[in-house]
Order: sequence, then structure tokens, then C-alpha cells
Amino acid sequence: MALLETRHLTKRFGGLVALRDVDLAVTERSIHSVIGPNGAGKTTLFNCITGFLRPDAGDILFAESSIARLRPDLVAQLGIARTYQNIRLFKHLSVLDNVLIGLHPHVRYSLIDAVVRTSRYWQAERAAEREARDLLAYVGLAGKEFLTAANLPYGDQRRLEIARALALRPQLLLLDEPTAGMNPQETDEMIQLIRRLRDERGLTILLIEHDMKVVMNISDLVTVLDFGEKIAEGPPDAVRRDPRVIEAYLGRGAASGLGTSMPMQDGEAQPHATA
Amino acid sequence: MSLAALRRALFIGLLGGLAVWHLSLVGLIPAFAQRRLIGETVTFSYALLVALFALVAHATGRRYAGALQRVAWGTLSALSTGLLVLALALIVTQVNLRQIFLNATPDLARVLTFGAGVSPAGVLRTILIAAVAGVASGGLGATPAPWGRVSVFAALATLLLGLLRDVLGPILPSGLVGFLYGAAGLNVLGAAVTFVLFFLLFALRWSLPGRAGTGRIIELVPSPVRAPVTRLAVILFLASVPLWAGLFLSNVADFVGFYILMGLGLNLVLGFAGLLDLGYVAFFAVGAYTMAVLTSPEIGQRFTLDFWVALPIAIMLTVFAGLLVGLPVLRMRGDYLAIATLGFGEIVRLLVLSDWLKPYLGGAQGVTRIARPQIGPLRIDSPQEFYVLVLFSCLLAWFLSIRLRDSRLGRAWFAIREDEFVAQAMGINRVTAKLSAFAIGASFGGLSGALFASLVGSVVPASFSLLVSINVVALLVLGGMGSLPGVVIGALALVGIPELLREFQEYRLLVYGIVLIAMMLFRPAGLLPERIHRRELEEAVEEVREVAPAEIAPGRS
Repeated sequence: MALLETRHLTKRFGGLVALRDVDLAVTERSIHSVIGPNGAGKTTLFNCITGFLRPDAGDILFAESSIARLRPDLVAQLGIARTYQNIRLFKHLSVLDNVLIGLHPHVRYSLIDAVVRTSRYWQAERAAEREARDLLAYVGLAGKEFLTAANLPYGDQRRLEIARALALRPQLLLLDEPTAGMNPQETDEMIQLIRRLRDERGLTILLIEHDMKVVMNISDLVTVLDFGEKIAEGPPDAVRRDPRVIEAYLGRGAASGLGTSMPMQDGEAQPHATA
Repeated sequence: MSLAALRRALFIGLLGGLAVWHLSLVGLIPAFAQRRLIGETVTFSYALLVALFALVAHATGRRYAGALQRVAWGTLSALSTGLLVLALALIVTQVNLRQIFLNATPDLARVLTFGAGVSPAGVLRTILIAAVAGVASGGLGATPAPWGRVSVFAALATLLLGLLRDVLGPILPSGLVGFLYGAAGLNVLGAAVTFVLFFLLFALRWSLPGRAGTGRIIELVPSPVRAPVTRLAVILFLASVPLWAGLFLSNVADFVGFYILMGLGLNLVLGFAGLLDLGYVAFFAVGAYTMAVLTSPEIGQRFTLDFWVALPIAIMLTVFAGLLVGLPVLRMRGDYLAIATLGFGEIVRLLVLSDWLKPYLGGAQGVTRIARPQIGPLRIDSPQEFYVLVLFSCLLAWFLSIRLRDSRLGRAWFAIREDEFVAQAMGINRVTAKLSAFAIGASFGGLSGALFASLVGSVVPASFSLLVSINVVALLVLGGMGSLPGVVIGALALVGIPELLREFQEYRLLVYGIVLIAMMLFRPAGLLPERIHRRELEEAVEEVREVAPAEIAPGRS
């Protein structure tokens, strides 16, 4: 069953069509990757889903109700969390506070409770703290609760971003290039973590990724965007062999010569060579 | 001995010299010469000149590791400043510049030559003093960690004590005053004793385990109190102020309190939620005018309300004003927000000034005969009595600030300050978070304004100028954005000290400017920066202590 669906999703920026008629169906408890050359509209897709951009046409359904016109904070509260391509932590706050902010919708008490510090305040705060610590332990950041987020090593920052996203108790997690800038070992650990998120926590994961090794390794389904249009979709192996995909990445003519071996191995995808 | 080093030393010396020229010609140095700090000889302006020599020597010397080089280059720098000082003294005696520079008088020359006048003796004296200051500064810089700093702070504290003679005189026991002070400023023995005491105090403070060598000014201030006993002691001490402080000092304390209230209010908006509001005076004005209009018999003679009835109305109206400012600027950030709020502040001032609203708000003459509060049979009239009310309000605002900061709303504010976009993606409603910051922040300002109006007894539009907003922002910058003790320090430094030194009022903005520039250069995070936001849940603190003791900050801010 599809947890998230986009129907004929279209987004224009002035004359530029960032997304054109994109149909996407993300199956519950699957890992679904979106790939495509730079500027293909992947991050725009994320921004539409999370409510930061209003689609010009089409609809977005989450658990079968439309979220295309909702404010970002309401979308988040429905259970869609995300991470960012360029890490966006609350840099000057502690690691723990970062996660506690993620728990914001689930910490329920009134201003009066906070001022008087009623038992409801303490209960909610203690529970939140426990959950935050559990989440940090889950992503491997136990013991670093009181470091300033900006002082974490790069890989840990990525983990913290995921812990913060998990704090929303989402059903759907959008990861924007979670392995960008990581070394092979860190990348492997991240792959393990993403798998665990699905297997242990039952999350559905929509992933933007440039590292083809990662995509081929963990995806159940891969969608390829190019110039805002969906040009291919299928299991990793099928997509890898799709001539349209190879053309999008390497330009016309490349498909014939390269056949089945996927050329873009690491990091950034090749820029568009067509036109 | 390189040419680059020489050029550097002379360049810094030149800068120091230009600073002296500027301060002399605007009249600061001659004005300061009127104030004696120690004995018959050491005036405020001599202290300032020596401090400048020392500063120049330090600025030059600090990049050298070797003590000898440090002293040599530093002294050279100080000497070049001294020569420029002498040059100015010579110029003002030889050429009549008074057409342009009112202060270029022979008196100035005497001040610049440390009382000797432009003569061989005067030249020698200035050169000698510059050299000694340079050597001492270089030498202190080369001493092991806390001692140089301890000496400098002890000297500064002694001078401050001398400067505050007229303020402290009436407060301290007369025996002590007789021992420490002379006809003006400290007497020589008093100065020596004070210096030694301060030296020991600071030495003790900075050589305590775990603190040695950190040598930050912030550690002079008691860190935010935690233990209930200390907390109670501090509150009792603060409450006792009107008992020993006279009328003048209590009045100053009241005004510092008004600014602390405003600072705490703006801190919620700017320090916590990161929204730069340059029109904060608007809330102060709304609070003050509401109090005035509701309680003064001059306006709407039919009814006048009691202070205690008017106060909650004033606060509610400012909350409303806060929402009114907040709504249109919700989507704005940074510079745009600053300009929009700046406009709002001016709108309020112009409204109360306008002839159109004169029947209701008094126009340029303002409103007088504002009610004073009455508690039972006790009428709160004098600044001393008022102080209790101000103190209580400040404590309440402080308490609310802490409670809000450590709540989900506080976290939402921090999130918005750090990254508004991500905050929304975390399920935080931008509208409610921002509006609550504006509204609650405004209410503190309104409370401050209402108290202000009642204490002064009258309000005039001139009291609500842009300068008030700027002062509040500046005190936050000085103390450290988001830091509650910082607000208090900022208010004391920017409102308290200038009130105590009324005679130098003219130079207030000049000194402000210098202080703020120095802050931005050397301590951009403020005097008492906000520490990493930690939580108070006891078990949490214990646990971390085991994990990473180095990460624990000694107190909260």
C-alpha cells in the first residue's frame, strides 16, 4: 500500500518547470530512492512534500489524505520528517536540545504548567528527555548529549539530524543525500542505520542519493528524475540498465557503449552533457 | 630588530596619539581632569592617559614571546604616543585654535604634561611617565598567567573606587570613609590598602582550582546562583538596598531596574527567538501612557483609576501592542524586521506627540499627576519605597524568563532563532512561537513603562525616543544575547554607571560607541555569554559528569 503518493505533481519557478507531472507512489515500509542529475528537481520534490513549496498542480497524498496545501509544521506533525542535503542542525544548541526540539509536537503541556512546573510539566519533560536519549543512543550518539551540535564530527552531525527527525515519531522519513561527503566506512554505517530504521522501526524511507553504490544497495524501488520529469522507475537493477537513465547522466550516445556497467560510482553525478 | 617591527610599533603609537588628540579636543580629557581619583595628584585624565600608554604598549608587545622584546617594543610604542601628546600640548600653547576647538586651551597643555606645563620639566615628565607605563605594561604582560591580569584589575578597581567617592561616601560607615578617602578621591594610604585588598581578592579568585588562568571578567560576577541559600542571600541583599543606599542611589537603582525589565523583555524576543526589534520603546511607551491616562486626573476628569487597577490594564494593552507589531512582521527576518519595528517605535512616539491626540494623550506637554501605588495604608512614594516594587518586578520577569526558556516554548524560540525553516519542519508553528515572543516580551516592557510613569509622576513624549530602544539592544549586546545575568550587567554598565557619572553626561555617547566597538572586537558574545543551553533535570547532570566532565559549564546563564 502506498503511504505517500504524488499525482501529476507540477511545480514551476517562473519559466522553469522544476517538477512536471510527477507520479510517485512510496510503498509502506520500503526504501525508495529518487535519483537524477543535478537540478533534476529532487529537492524541490522534498520541499513540496514537506509543505515548504505549494505545488502549482497535482496533489500529494499522505496516508490517503491530501497534504499539498498544509503548512510545513502541520505536515511534520502528521508524521513526515526530513533531513537536509547541507546539514541543518540547530548549531549553537546542545545535541540533546536538538532532539528535544524534534519532540516539540509530542511534549504537551500549557504555559501555566511550564511556569508553575506542575507534575504534568515534569512528567512530559522527563519523558521527552528519556525518549531523546534513547534516540541518540539508537543512532550511536550516546554520551554526547551535552556537546554543542556544531562541535560534532561530520558523520555524527548526519546522525544527529536523523535522530532529530526520528523525534517527530514520523511514519515517513525523507533523507536528502544522507551519505554526502562521507568516507566508505561512514557510508556503510549509514546504510546499516537506514536499513535498521525500516526493519526495526517500521519506517518508510524516501531517499535522495547520488552515491550509486548506496542506491543500488538499499533501494527497493528507484525513481529517476530528469529536468523535473520522471523518466524511469523500477527495481535498482532494471533502472541501472535503462538506456534513458544512462543518457540522462552521461549524454546521448553513451548508452550504447557502456551497456550495463553503471558508470557513476561515487559522489556527484556527472553533469548533463546533452544539448 | 626589523623594519617591520619598528613600523608596527610606531603605527600603534601613532594610533594611540591620535586617540589622545581626539579625546583632548572634544573636551573629554580636560573634563576628566576635574575629577581627582587618588590623593591630590592623580586625576581621572592622568589615569586615562597612563592607561592609554599602557594599552598602546600592550597592543604592540603582545605579539612577542620574549619578555625583553615585549618591553622594548611596547615602550617604544608608548613613547611615540607620548611624543604626540607633547606635540599637541605644544601646538595648543603656540597656536590659538580656540576658534575651532573650544578645548584647545593652555589648561589642556598642562593636563597633557601631567601638571608641569610645556617646559623641559613637563617634557621630561610626560616622557618618563610614558616610558614607565610602557615598561610596566610590557612587564606585566610577560609575567606568568593570572598575575598581570590581577594587577590590572586591582588597579582598575581601585581607580573605580576613587571615582565613585561621592556616591559611596554617604553610604559607607563614616570611619571607613575617613580612612579611605581624602578631600576628593581616595587618599594615598587608602588607595594603597584598596589596591592590596583587591589584588589579594582577585588573586584568590583566579588561583582557585579550575579557574586559574581563565581570567575572564565574567568570573568576577557571581555565577548564576543555584543553591537556595545563596539565592536567598542575594535576594535579601538586593532587598536591603534602600535601607543603606540614599535617595540618589535608590533612584539610580530604580532606573537600572526599568532597563533590566526592558532588557529581559527584549531578551525573549531578540535573545531567545532571534527577532531584532528596534522599536522596543513602543511597549515602554504604551505601558507608561496607559498608566498615565488611566490614573491622572488631567485626562478624562470623570474617572481616575487606582494604580493597581491600571497596572494590569497597562500590561494587557502592551501584550496587545506586541501582537499588533508581531502580526505584520511575521514573515520578515533580520534587517527587514529591524526596519519595520524601528518604524513602529517611531509611530508610537509621534502619536503621543501629535496635536490630534492631545486631548487624550497630552501632546508635547505630556501627562502629569500620575498616581502612585498604595499598599493598604502604605503609600509608595519615594524612590526607596519604589525600589521594592521594581525589584519584585525584575525578579518576577527573571523567574518567568527562566521558566519559559526551559519549556517547550523556549525550545521553539531557540529553534526559530537558529533556523526558522528547519524549526517549521520540526512541527513548530512559526506564527504562535513568534507572536508569543512578541507578546510576552512586550509585557515586560509595558510593566517597566507603567512603573516608570508612576515613579516619575509624569510622562512626556521625549522620554520615549529611539535612544531607549538602542540602549536596550546595546545592553543586550554588551551583556550577551540570551543571557539573563548579561541583561543585569548590561543595564548596570550602560544605565547605572552613566547615571553615577552625571557630570560627564556630554561624553556618554562617545564612551558608548567606544565600548560597543571594543565589545564587538574583543568579546562579540558579550560579557556574560549565554552558555550552551543545558537542562536542569538532576539525573541528567549527574550522568554527564561521568561522561564528559570538561563539557560541564559551572553555571547556567
